[in-house]
Amino acid sequence: MAIIETNALTYMYPGGTKPSIRDVSLSIEKGKFVILTGPSGCGKTTLCRCFNGLIPHFYGGDLKGELQVVGLKVDEHPIYEMAKQVGLVFQNPENQLFALSVEKDVAFGLENLGMQRDEMKERVDWALQMTGIDELRDRAPHELSGGQQQRVAIASVLAMQPEIMIFDEPTSFLDPLGAQKIFEVINELKNKLGITVILVEHRLDLASKYADQVIIMDEGKIVLDGEPREIFNSETAWLLGVGVPKAVRLWNVLQENGLVLKGVPVSSEEATRFLREVLKR
Amino acid sequence: MSVFEGFRFRHVTSLIHRLDPRVKFLYVLAMFVVAIIFTEFLPLVVLFFLQIPFVIVAGVKREWLRSLRGAVFLVTMIFVFNFVFGYFYHTYPTGAALLEYSLAMALRFLVLVESFSVFFLTTSPDHLSLALEQSHVPYEFTFAFTTAVRFVPVLAEEAQTIMDAQKARGLELERGNFLKRVRNYIPILIPLIVSAIRRSLELAEAMESRAWGATKKRTNLYVLKMRLGDVVLIVLSIILIVVGVYVHYYVSIPPLSRFLPPLSF
Amino acid sequence: MIEVKDIYFTYPTGVEALKGVSLNIGDGEFVAVMGQNGAGKTTLVKHFNGLLKSAKGVVLVDGVCTRDVSVAKLARKVGFVFQNPDHQLFSETVEEEIAFALRNFGFDQATIEKRVTWALNLLDLTEYRKTSPFMLSGGERKRVALASVLAWDPSVVILDEPTIGQDHRQKENLRQFIVQLNGQGKTVVVVTHDVEFVAECNPRVVLMTAGKVVADGEAKKILTDTNLALTASIVPPQITQIFLGLKDLGLPSDVIDVSESKKILLDYLGAAKH
Repeated sequence: MAIIETNALTYMYPGGTKPSIRDVSLSIEKGKFVILTGPSGCGKTTLCRCFNGLIPHFYGGDLKGELQVVGLKVDEHPIYEMAKQVGLVFQNPENQLFALSVEKDVAFGLENLGMQRDEMKERVDWALQMTGIDELRDRAPHELSGGQQQRVAIASVLAMQPEIMIFDEPTSFLDPLGAQKIFEVINELKNKLGITVILVEHRLDLASKYADQVIIMDEGKIVLDGEPREIFNSETAWLLGVGVPKAVRLWNVLQENGLVLKGVPVSSEEATRFLREVLKR
Repeated sequence: MSVFEGFRFRHVTSLIHRLDPRVKFLYVLAMFVVAIIFTEFLPLVVLFFLQIPFVIVAGVKREWLRSLRGAVFLVTMIFVFNFVFGYFYHTYPTGAALLEYSLAMALRFLVLVESFSVFFLTTSPDHLSLALEQSHVPYEFTFAFTTAVRFVPVLAEEAQTIMDAQKARGLELERGNFLKRVRNYIPILIPLIVSAIRRSLELAEAMESRAWGATKKRTNLYVLKMRLGDVVLIVLSIILIVVGVYVHYYVSIPPLSRFLPPLSF
Repeated sequence: MIEVKDIYFTYPTGVEALKGVSLNIGDGEFVAVMGQNGAGKTTLVKHFNGLLKSAKGVVLVDGVCTRDVSVAKLARKVGFVFQNPDHQLFSETVEEEIAFALRNFGFDQATIEKRVTWALNLLDLTEYRKTSPFMLSGGERKRVALASVLAWDPSVVILDEPTIGQDHRQKENLRQFIVQLNGQGKTVVVVTHDVEFVAECNPRVVLMTAGKVVADGEAKKILTDTNLALTASIVPPQITQIFLGLKDLGLPSDVIDVSESKKILLDYLGAAKH
């Protein structure tokens, strides 16, 4: 069952000279982990903003085409209604945290929704535990590391219990280990809670192993959409300059030299496994 | 700057910290009113010492002293001004009376600084914004307040980074005449302002995405409840005002000159 | 030539960022300073142009102690490209932005014009000469920041986390550009936590953790050392991870390169056949 469905979606920012997304048609199933990637400026960030209503409500401009998210037509519902179903975690952790303590930040969205205190407390506790930051609840955001801040941002979106969570390059400012931890947290949310995940990322070597679907955009259009292994193997992905994982590159290079592995590996563990089988023969 | 140091909140908890900010503010107001009533030295001395137990219980002695130290300049100015003004306009019959009046004015200012200092030293910005909210100040204002406080250290760091970046391009901030120095701050101010604008855009996006404006009846994770300590402080504040007014109108306060050698000029 | 002799640095907040660091960087070297966020990498390189001065120990740039000279003077030799270009950009045009440092350093107008044209060309920004830097995209702004530092031709170029937020192609271009810079004789110091980026260039790596240097040598040796990876909390390159999993089959594990991996695997299979 598709939880996000678009048809010929086109949008141009007010004052822009050309559309940031053109003719975008895609379908995302409930409970899937989708990676959205492409070169800088391809429109992936714009597309995310359409999913939770920031476009068209916050940015103005003209959104053409059809877009249904969790059965709702985005242009007919204000952002605060969409926010209950679609959560958006942004790139810079610092600029998503407003309050003077982690606990209060996580509660922010719930306070906005006018939730009763007892229920709010439960939700906050739950969100903090799900993201593994319970011991940070009394800390001020400025004292936290980037990775911790990002987990607070995730917890504060999670607290609203959305069906879909979108992450717009959440690990840009983090080191590889910090990035790994974030991807693990995101994957847990998908597995344990059935949340549909859309992850916009360049760091495909770390994130690919979690994906059910990969969508690649370029110049506002969708260029590739499908199963990770097929996508990474395609010529187009290479030509676009997308950061295909090294494991896939190795697979490709080996194949050219007559060494065929069981499948296309999207992680180092898979590559090791496939290689082992071939080498042991 | 040390005057402001004395007002900055520290992460300590004490009995005083846990009092309801609204009640503490009431106490500060009471202190303000009573201090204004008196122009005599002795009652103001009493008021000054009356606050010291609060400072000690709150454990903020060092910061409080710093705020007083920072106020010394202004206090001295007030004294000098009143003394000189009074001298040339013959407002007071004797030199002793003039001296006492000037000292009293200076001390009154000190008493006010003292009580505000205790207030801000023992009230976290979070606590304060909660008090504002529950006092029915519109949420937009309290939110702006807390967010501003939250970003102060971030902006300070960013200003430092920008200065470093421009220094690394040969910008010399300490050289040149006044006009040149002011111009040299443009490469610092512009990135800072642009960055602040970008930041507010990102914050606005994040706020909207977390259902900002969903309902007018916004709730709060925390709630301020009046406890015994708060009631005690309210009672004390009321007693303070009552006693103050009574003393002012019905009790004659001995002038300082009673205790000091005669001064005439 | 930069000499660092046993420096310590603590921030006013009390954070001990450097606890006894010593190293030397020779002319024309290409060094990657690596480690987790918070290891002290940026703190260290900020000592190279005098932005930070250590309480203990000494930093010499071409024999001159950084404590004895102003930052502006050191900047003439040591260029520093900050992580966020928006912390530098303030001018009305890209041209002005690039000319800023040149003016500060007292170049004459004719030289300034020559240098600006040269820098614009070098970073592919000629079409944006009269554009406002604020109108450019993120990647373009990064290039403007880089151009404005290279314009005065410093002999040392420090880049602080240049790969953050860049897509794969931008990183490739950057990598090639840095290698080219180094090839022209410039000393290049890159602060980065991007292991794959470093694996592609194979420079000298100075690995830091908790304010100390824990390793200093060839990228290949350091990035493939599992003990170091644990101490410094870094993630080895993906290729290395693959080979680490095949160690028991007798394959080498100090591999960071795709073409080298191909060769090793094919050789292994070739050998197995006989």
